[in-house]
Amino acid sequence: MTQTIVGIGTRKGLWLARSEDRRTWQVDGPHFLMSEVLSLLFDTRRATPRLVVGFRSSHWGPSLQHSDDLGATWVEHPEGSIRFPEDTDTALKATWQLVADPHDPQVVWAGTEPQGLWRSEDGGETFELNRGLWEHPHRPEWGEGFGGGAIHTVLPSPVDADSMLVAMSTGGVYNTRDGGRSWTPGNTGIHAYFQPHDEWPEFGQCVHKVARDSATPTRLYAQNHRGVYRSDDDGVTWTSIEAGLPTNFGMTAVSNPARGDSVWLVPIASDGERIPPGATLQLQRTDDAGATWHTQDAGLPKPSYTNVLRDAAGTDTHEEPGLYVGTRNGEVYATLDGGESFTRIVEQLPDVLCVRAVTLP
Amino acid sequence: MTARVVLPGLLRDLADGAAELPVELEGPAPLADVLDLAFEPWPILASRIRDERGEIRRHVNVFVDGEDAKRAEGVRTEVGPQATVHVINAVSGG
Repeated sequence: MTQTIVGIGTRKGLWLARSEDRRTWQVDGPHFLMSEVLSLLFDTRRATPRLVVGFRSSHWGPSLQHSDDLGATWVEHPEGSIRFPEDTDTALKATWQLVADPHDPQVVWAGTEPQGLWRSEDGGETFELNRGLWEHPHRPEWGEGFGGGAIHTVLPSPVDADSMLVAMSTGGVYNTRDGGRSWTPGNTGIHAYFQPHDEWPEFGQCVHKVARDSATPTRLYAQNHRGVYRSDDDGVTWTSIEAGLPTNFGMTAVSNPARGDSVWLVPIASDGERIPPGATLQLQRTDDAGATWHTQDAGLPKPSYTNVLRDAAGTDTHEEPGLYVGTRNGEVYATLDGGESFTRIVEQLPDVLCVRAVTLP
Repeated sequence: MTARVVLPGLLRDLADGAAELPVELEGPAPLADVLDLAFEPWPILASRIRDERGEIRRHVNVFVDGEDAKRAEGVRTEVGPQATVHVINAVSGG
């Protein structure tokens, strides 16, 4: 019997929902009570699955811990997993992203606030700062979105071990093709209306989330602060795919692991009106790489005035993937039919910051 | 002579339950040195109070004989050899 676990990182701790049939759920938590849980990784490449969690306490600062027994016990590295080197005169604020490397089963990537990219060679226990990005000449001009300035998206290429995309808001997309030694902005075609002196800058865009297509690795989708785009050249140039959407604003984007050219967005009315469009909490799914979109809201509450944050949606690893969506009012909805119908699996949690799921044999 | 570093209840598990940590001092010392000595066996506890630059975290207050170190000279505040250092979570957060 398989077990599916949905990790739900909230503003006040981590909860774990477990199910054998993905219909009835047992929820345990909170772990790390009173900490913002911003990043989760279920690492299934190891003989024993590992759960890595990045969180921060408003009092006691950031921390990163891992569990090799799926949440029963936790390990924190005594010297800290992520520490800025002394010469940077910088302190870690939070770990926003944890990603398994697709080529090396020991390597885990982390994106942090301030804007750092980190590489671990021991499964997420200790990390080393990527100097190429940290010392990028654009760094002084990168800005901070409302939540802070962070590397919020880390997408290693599944076909080229030297290639990776990262994204930040504001700053935009940056790519490496040489294993992280050098980084080049990849924002051509992304509109930055908020920079009236140059609305099409080389960098400085406010990218909220980027997702990689599951079938075509050089195809990417970006949900921006006003704008939805697709890249067909591995994140170098972008074209708008927002036609047909109710709004071009939102925070998250999730690729459909079962189907290429398929991605979900969760639209928000606008940056000045952060509620669902028409007070209808909904997903928008495309199955043709953004040419057309259709609304998915069956089973979601209506009216609704809540939102889904940039990392608060994720898919499990079941052969028929489930999608899990967490809201700012502490609910998590699951769909097993690609978004055609949703069921609430958790409620009454603090606002959901991060959702990641795994299906284990 | 012995100075005392008194821990908040929320952090005592990180020092095997100790409510306070003794620090042997021969004379006055900077607060940074006193905290380094007190937390030397407890690096995770140390990381909760100061960041990797050695600065006291924003929402943690450290009092040296009742004086807020952040309003004095921060981690350079002088600590007497019999002083009491209180580490307290600030009245903030949500």
